Amino acid sequence: MTLDLALFLVLALVAVATAIGMLLSQNAVYSALFLVLNFTTVAIFYLLLGAPFIAMSQITVYAGAIMVLFLFVIMLLGADALPKTQVLPWQRPLAIFLAVILAAEGTYLLVTKARPTGNILQPEVTVNTMDNLREMGIVLFNQYLLPFEVTSILLLVAMVGAITLNRREKRERKS
Amino acid sequence: MISVPVNYYIILSAILFTIGVTGVLIRRNALIIFMSIELMLNASNLAIVAFSSAIKSFSGQIFVFFVIAVAAAEVAVGLALIVEIFKSKRSIDVDQMSSLKG
Repeated sequence: MTLDLALFLVLALVAVATAIGMLLSQNAVYSALFLVLNFTTVAIFYLLLGAPFIAMSQITVYAGAIMVLFLFVIMLLGADALPKTQVLPWQRPLAIFLAVILAAEGTYLLVTKARPTGNILQPEVTVNTMDNLREMGIVLFNQYLLPFEVTSILLLVAMVGAITLNRREKRERKS
Repeated sequence: MISVPVNYYIILSAILFTIGVTGVLIRRNALIIFMSIELMLNASNLAIVAFSSAIKSFSGQIFVFFVIAVAAAEVAVGLALIVEIFKSKRSIDVDQMSSLKG
């Protein structure tokens, strides 16, 4: 109970801090990277809430596709040139130190919590991933089949729209 | 299933949504405004998943799935528009997009 609450509070702190960092950062690249961290934190919240499929969608679609698109456009526009990088002198030793601690922690957990058969111990309140996925698939393809198909058409329209927006400009330049 | 009260998730979602609204209001860079909108979408998604988990229903999660798909479509078109605006105006400052002003 208390552990869950502590985990929630730490993650909430990270989420709010990264959101404010996105808001206040003067450089658009930093804003985008803060937002990636925020999306990842929200994905962990989804895992805590027992929605692993949504969590994975969040990471692949939001943190993966959408933010890469954002970074791509930021670089394309070139409006925010990165300022002279100031290398903090203590940054690299600290990073190595923390990485070593993380690796030791992970190894310790794997060694101590693994069963003799090699399986990781399941937590007491477990979320059965396959059940969640199967249930979602059944609901999605029975109850929500029409919205699902409409979504595919929407994505197609968006793709055509994005391509058309950029093609027209080329034609105008040629003529 | 939830050991953290659902209220906490709703409060967090409200805080994130407010930060997104603030971003839309105070920033003038169109890309940052767009990112703030994404943050607001995420905050509402978090609230939906929290409620759906509280009432133990899958419908909320499926709704969030649709929201994510629509957000992807929105970002593709929106960024294409921003690139177009940048090509014609050489700027993405929303204060300078005032061609229709009388």
